Amino acid sequence: MKRAALPPNPDPVLNQPITPELVRKHGLLPEEADQIRLHLGGDPTLTELGIFSVMWSEHCSYKNTRPLLKGFPTEKRGATEHFGRVLVKAGEENAGIIDVGDGWAIAFKIESHNHPSAIEPFEGAATGVGGIIRDIFTMGARPVLLTNSLRFGELDSPLTKRLLRGVVAGIAHYGNCVGVPTVAGDVYFDRSYEGNPLVNALCLGTLRHDQIRRGKATGLGNPVYYVGAATGRDGLGGASFASKELSAESSSDRPAVQKGDPFMEKLLIEACLEMMAVPGLVVGIQDMGAAGLTCSTCETASRGGSGIEIELDRVPQREPGMNSYEIMLSESQERMLVIVARGREREIEEVFAKWDLHASHVGAVTDTGRMVVRHHGTVVADIPASALTDNAPVYQREARRPAYLDATSAWTPEGGGLADLDPAGARAALPRLLSHPTIASKKWVYRQYDHMVRHGTVVVPGSDAGVVRLRLGSSEKFIAISNDCNGRYCYLNPRRGAMIAMVECLRNLVCSGATPLAMTDNLNFGNPYKPEIFYQLRECVAGLAEACRFFDVPVVGGNVSLYNESPEGAIDPTPTVSVVGFIESESHVTRQFARDPGARVILLGGAPAELGGSQFLGLVHGLKTGEAPAVDLAAEKRLQDLLLGQIRAGRVRSAHDLSEGGLLVCASEMLFGPGTLGAALDLCGLDAPRLDALLFGESQGRVLVTVLPGDADAVAGAARAAGVPADAIGAITREDTLSVRTARGPLEWSLSELRNGWESSIEDAMKRPGIG
Amino acid sequence: MTISVLQFPGSNCDQDAFQLFASGLGLPTRFVWHKDTTLGETDLVVVPGGFAYGDYLRCGAIARFSPVMGAVREYAEKGGLVLGICNGFQILCEAGLLPGALIRNSSLEYRCMTCDLVVQDAGPVFNTRTLGKRIRLPIGHGEGNYRIDEAGKHRLEANRQIILRYLDNPNGSLDGIAGVRNEEGNVFGMMPHPDRAFERFHPSADGLAVARAVLSVRFPGMVRKSA
Repeated sequence: MKRAALPPNPDPVLNQPITPELVRKHGLLPEEADQIRLHLGGDPTLTELGIFSVMWSEHCSYKNTRPLLKGFPTEKRGATEHFGRVLVKAGEENAGIIDVGDGWAIAFKIESHNHPSAIEPFEGAATGVGGIIRDIFTMGARPVLLTNSLRFGELDSPLTKRLLRGVVAGIAHYGNCVGVPTVAGDVYFDRSYEGNPLVNALCLGTLRHDQIRRGKATGLGNPVYYVGAATGRDGLGGASFASKELSAESSSDRPAVQKGDPFMEKLLIEACLEMMAVPGLVVGIQDMGAAGLTCSTCETASRGGSGIEIELDRVPQREPGMNSYEIMLSESQERMLVIVARGREREIEEVFAKWDLHASHVGAVTDTGRMVVRHHGTVVADIPASALTDNAPVYQREARRPAYLDATSAWTPEGGGLADLDPAGARAALPRLLSHPTIASKKWVYRQYDHMVRHGTVVVPGSDAGVVRLRLGSSEKFIAISNDCNGRYCYLNPRRGAMIAMVECLRNLVCSGATPLAMTDNLNFGNPYKPEIFYQLRECVAGLAEACRFFDVPVVGGNVSLYNESPEGAIDPTPTVSVVGFIESESHVTRQFARDPGARVILLGGAPAELGGSQFLGLVHGLKTGEAPAVDLAAEKRLQDLLLGQIRAGRVRSAHDLSEGGLLVCASEMLFGPGTLGAALDLCGLDAPRLDALLFGESQGRVLVTVLPGDADAVAGAARAAGVPADAIGAITREDTLSVRTARGPLEWSLSELRNGWESSIEDAMKRPGIG
Repeated sequence: MTISVLQFPGSNCDQDAFQLFASGLGLPTRFVWHKDTTLGETDLVVVPGGFAYGDYLRCGAIARFSPVMGAVREYAEKGGLVLGICNGFQILCEAGLLPGALIRNSSLEYRCMTCDLVVQDAGPVFNTRTLGKRIRLPIGHGEGNYRIDEAGKHRLEANRQIILRYLDNPNGSLDGIAGVRNEEGNVFGMMPHPDRAFERFHPSADGLAVARAVLSVRFPGMVRKSA
């Protein structure tokens, strides 16, 4: 259908003809421009082209990943009428929501801010936190906790130090001010992230079922309000910026990085929750995140099956002379779009006046199915809302197994001529591993985050999972949350690596005494137009989906971040997983730290025997190769069920899962708690062809637990009955040593030697001269 | 007895302070909005932690001008009890209700951790019998570095106005000062958070003891009741 040309834009700059060059500059393909013409029945205006370019970017449209994401389970099979039902599914709204009983629910989601953080680490990370908090309270939920998952290059480079300092300070600046505790996180350092750090932030909120709000524009004639901060020129086109590879010129994209105002966000949270608590006042609400006013208007109209008209003259503006292109594409932070019940305008205006915030009546809901934008009395954009959302292009990209996998998966220590460790080598390796920043204490990071505000934090950062007490009406519930993903495993075997991310996350929760409930994921990959990258993406998604189905942990939402490449190449595939679990009783809360001298140390899951993809191989031999550790979902489930059962039976004094660095790193970390306890381990009874793989291999499905001597037999018996290997490998002592008997000789370390390096490694690397 | 917790835009420990008194001590507690110009009947005003007005300027520099602070000043001048926690301490210093100032931590970074504190002999107005000599309280601040001039410090010491000192100074505060009172003994401020130390799972229950130490001289009954 042909349409009449729109009148000239009041700003002559916007009346340029749409050339192939302009299309390319907007990150659109020539065939996508043709589709736009079909949708519009003629050439788009420049404002419209800008609108399409952000809505059809990967960030907003998931055009390259949507078919893959359909493989995720979005429902919980084991849900009952009282617990575990998915109330808002992944992809439906800004965040998924799951029932946690007694009429209460939780909303949670993870989102990336990788590209902005690479350019401007402080503001990039800060606004990442702000954006994910808005995704949660826009659902009607009170944000109660934050976590983050960070990846950097090796900490020996000045660039990485600058990025780490900026990102952590940015997260702290925003999260601390807004008053939501950052209770957990993970940080890895690996060359593949050099120059392209990953900053994934998660927020979780609580709400009653009747408080759930949707991003829908319904009800012909209902007024559309713009609330929060004024619109400026910052963050112009951020969504399309996030869908490009980083290059040397990227720093000239700096205006595409937004600036955050956590104080404004705090006011917006309070005002929005207050407004949403008024029965029937809010018809729909959506935050203005990526693609700002554009995304919020067309998505609410599309979801509501309605239309929307807005008048840009009524949009609060921070600077004079902004044209329609700039206003529609601005990504100024801390703004929301609210659709209010007609006739109740005064009520919303009163709430926002109380909080001294803008609430501008900018438009109305229509029934035309179109998004119509006016500026200075002229129609500057008129687009079918669904063309921007449901009818955005979808691509099935070509996938090709990367050639490097042949070499890496065929590698073996023997074939690679790797001599096994002798005792002296093993003695030297442990302190080295413990002080590598990936394994070392992250205290330098989390002490900058307020992790205690709201006075509900039960287990502070530094254990396997963060644990938080939620007050839900008159009842209390305890939840655990953990993030995981070892990109190295995903590089070596994408499908298996993604499954490991999932099972390790679940294991962390179980070690904390929690039953896993639901998951959110952040898929961080390189350029999907490269078949090898798309292969990694496809395989990782398949691995996650399989593990989710097996454990009946549905995906309730997530985010995709592609084009994570620097001139050095793509990052390791990093499908970050975050799972929330529930703890039945406060008495089940379990930490990783040994507590009792004389307690028995039991290794559940059998002796580790694989070296592929390990930190040991990387650090000691300079190799990133081998097959990723094997995953046996059924064995993993047996282990986790057993452990949870023993925790509930009150027999487990502490539990810590084996992950990066393997058995001895795990054992050491158990001793780095508040007390000063040592351990005497005897590994001679374990079947171990290679000493290096036994001590430092990263075989999955292993947990160390400590139990009181009187409970050791019962735990061993339960393990036998469950078919889980359980080896009593020693005891907790009062000595200031970790001593380990091996078939190749005894090993011993003073705890202070191990602990000092582990505790101070990141802090030492980040020391600022002259500041105490 | 009524406890009043102020709410500024940007207060974010208001709920924590509320719960310390309401559920921790079981006292009637209510909020007072920053635009209010009167406090009503109250026995203790708590200025809670957070980032009042965003604290983009000096911490507390804007909050001191908010309407409710006029009422707080009047109340304090008449001898009413006031307790500032974290940002509340900063606001009371900015308002001139407490001596000294709080500047950026010497590390130039925010610090969230649990600290050991040495309770000082601050005279009968701060009832240390309920506290003992050492307590543990969490801190969470970027600007908790307490400063005062030499003469001011001498006055603090001579009048026993220092109530808490850090055992391991986390922020560079002069002489490890973590909390002070005014000369009259009715206005108290501290950077550590008693409002993060009262639940079963908190690092300690010393927040309750701190609250009692402030209240118990005026209200001796509550110590006997809940100690």
